[in-house]
Amino acid sequence: MELWFSELHTPNVRFSLKVDKQLFSEVSEFQRVDIFDSAEFGRLLVLDGRIMITERDEFIYHEMITHVPMCVNPDIKKVLLVGGGDGGSARELLKYDTIEKIDLVEIDETVVRACRKYIPQTASCLDNPRVEIFFADGLKFVRRKSDEYDLIIIDSTDPFGVGEGLFTKEFYGNCFNALKASGIMINQHENPFYNHDAAAMQRAHKRLAGSFPVVRVYQINIPTYPAGQWLFGFASKKFHPTNAVDFGRWQALNLQTNYYNPKVHVGAFMLPTYVIKKLR
Amino acid sequence: MEYLTQERAPIMESLEKMRATRLVPFDVPGHKHGRGNADLLEFLGQRCLEVDVNSMKPLDNLCHPVSVIRDAEILAAEAFGAAHSFFITGGTTQAVQAMILTVCKPGDKIILPRNVHRSAINALILSGAIPIYVNPQVDERLGISLGMKVEEVIAAIKNNPDAKAVLVNNPTYYGICSDIATITKVAHEHGLKVLADEAHGTHFYFNQKLPASAMSVGADMAAVSMHKSGGSLTQSSLLLTGENINAGYVHQIINLTQTTSGSYLLMASLDISRRNLALRGSEIFDNVIELVEYARDEINYLGGWYAYGKELVDGGAIYDFDVTKLSVYTRSVGLAGVEVYDILRDEYDIQLEFGDIANILAYVSVGDRVKDIERLVSALADVKRIYRKDSARLMKVEYISPIVDATPKEAFYAEKKSLPIAETVGETAAEFLMCYPPGIPILAPGERITKEILDYVKYAKRKGCQLTGPEDMTIKRLQVIKGR
Repeated sequence: MELWFSELHTPNVRFSLKVDKQLFSEVSEFQRVDIFDSAEFGRLLVLDGRIMITERDEFIYHEMITHVPMCVNPDIKKVLLVGGGDGGSARELLKYDTIEKIDLVEIDETVVRACRKYIPQTASCLDNPRVEIFFADGLKFVRRKSDEYDLIIIDSTDPFGVGEGLFTKEFYGNCFNALKASGIMINQHENPFYNHDAAAMQRAHKRLAGSFPVVRVYQINIPTYPAGQWLFGFASKKFHPTNAVDFGRWQALNLQTNYYNPKVHVGAFMLPTYVIKKLR
Repeated sequence: MEYLTQERAPIMESLEKMRATRLVPFDVPGHKHGRGNADLLEFLGQRCLEVDVNSMKPLDNLCHPVSVIRDAEILAAEAFGAAHSFFITGGTTQAVQAMILTVCKPGDKIILPRNVHRSAINALILSGAIPIYVNPQVDERLGISLGMKVEEVIAAIKNNPDAKAVLVNNPTYYGICSDIATITKVAHEHGLKVLADEAHGTHFYFNQKLPASAMSVGADMAAVSMHKSGGSLTQSSLLLTGENINAGYVHQIINLTQTTSGSYLLMASLDISRRNLALRGSEIFDNVIELVEYARDEINYLGGWYAYGKELVDGGAIYDFDVTKLSVYTRSVGLAGVEVYDILRDEYDIQLEFGDIANILAYVSVGDRVKDIERLVSALADVKRIYRKDSARLMKVEYISPIVDATPKEAFYAEKKSLPIAETVGETAAEFLMCYPPGIPILAPGERITKEILDYVKYAKRKGCQLTGPEDMTIKRLQVIKGR
């Protein structure tokens, strides 16, 4: 017997993983949540048919969404994580003893419950007392905050469906307002390769560029995301992502990472020509 | 006759039957189920074009309904608590005009608030009726016109004992209701008919928490925009009548201006929407009310903005308020409503129903979701943060009481001359001038042009309001009556 999970990266491109069994499946108020065991990638968290994380390659995504801003500003103390109910981003942030508080705002309690049970690799850290979980709409949560966070990470789904409100100018504007004067925000920029996703990326980028004085984009390579390529936005009120960054200070922390290192940090901001063109 | 219940949708059912018979069409429309127009078929879809058909025996005829259209109209009348209902395919404009033409002959007087939709004044041009305007009170702070006070209506009736009818907005675009029950009682005591413009009031018929509907208080006719809160296709509407209106005569009036090729897409949408409202309306509007109340609380929590609600109700010019209307006062943030309207569309991808000088209106319906409300509220938070200005620079809006020099019909057909708009002070307008939306005339044909009015027009234009009405599309010139 062969059981394959497929995700359509476009209507004409299918990405398939051989799975052993389905461990969890529930339709929540917001989306369908599935967890599978796969032969090559370990456990998968799938939301509305789209792979969010796999045990095998989640380190790439979670290290790059967290260590980049943490290296740029090691004095970050209070973090807002929007989405990220799987716990992976929180796990990386908790490596920094200097972080005092992480507010994790996840709209869907089902995601946290499923990950706690089946993907402890990322979710076990959610019991850490420095993490406080709020089950709420990110857009609403951030609207009520002002001058409070050093870092906001938007660890959300795609701009279609549950997470669509997190790709809007009003959300970025409210994040700006929730950040302190030296605040940094990291957000999703989707994959730039396929046209449908790229259009969402361009729109989000335009909205973001109008909201923050410093906006740069960086890239990672991750096997299970469409085209194996993924972009993040680095938006900040003050810090440039690579100029005048004290990489020595980060290295002195002696943190264990598998993808991130200072050279990858700098290199990630070097973008292919076609991506630069699309961002213009 | 087959027993009819609200679960049925006679027009839709007959179209389904027709579809199943695979009829060969040797009649209009010429696109023949879409086969003759591939681009249109691709755009609108097979299922849509298959039922874009013409009157035929099994489908009845809108001009003279005797079978399925009549059945659908009976069901609609029952659902809305009316004696008769008429399906209208020319928009609520046509329904409003049919009401006025039914009760007013040339030279008859009709009492109405000045903040009526242009369709009502257009009907006065068609009928030759004489408007007796009741000053709709104006909320000084919000700058919006309100409803008619009962005592003002009584005074108008006393001063014009020969008037034939009273027209009531139920509610206004902003959700303000007059005391239509008492107005109806008083009008009937004096032998006047009561007409209700319910373009924004379809939902009143289906939820107990909302203001009284015209038919429920015994009004004689009501024009109901099913395509607004009722969910049917744009341009479809209902005309309702009470016991004391001759339905046959109303039919003749409607046929003066109604198309003889009534669209089955529009009629089926009325039929299906009526069924939906009759079966689920109460629950649907409970949800809408909850959504809007939530939005109001969140917007008011932001500060600056004022999303108004039932607290406005004063028993007089604001006898009741439609809580499904999400109107927000913007001047306290230093922005004209129309500026916020433009910013939200251009910068935030949010399209509102309208923005006027001091308010915006977000139209919330059965189709909205909580997450969309969150977007709107968050966008307002961000607009305030980025665009907030000093509110002193904004013009205060006041009700400008019209000076009527001529009836709309006289003015419309009078000999005219065209003048640059700035040179028209003291002249009598021969055409409409309005901001759209909401489409309430600033000047109607026959009204004196004053400096106050032109100042308002200049200001509205500068703020980005869309001005409409005059022959001159650039609104640089205005037609006035010659020799006055």
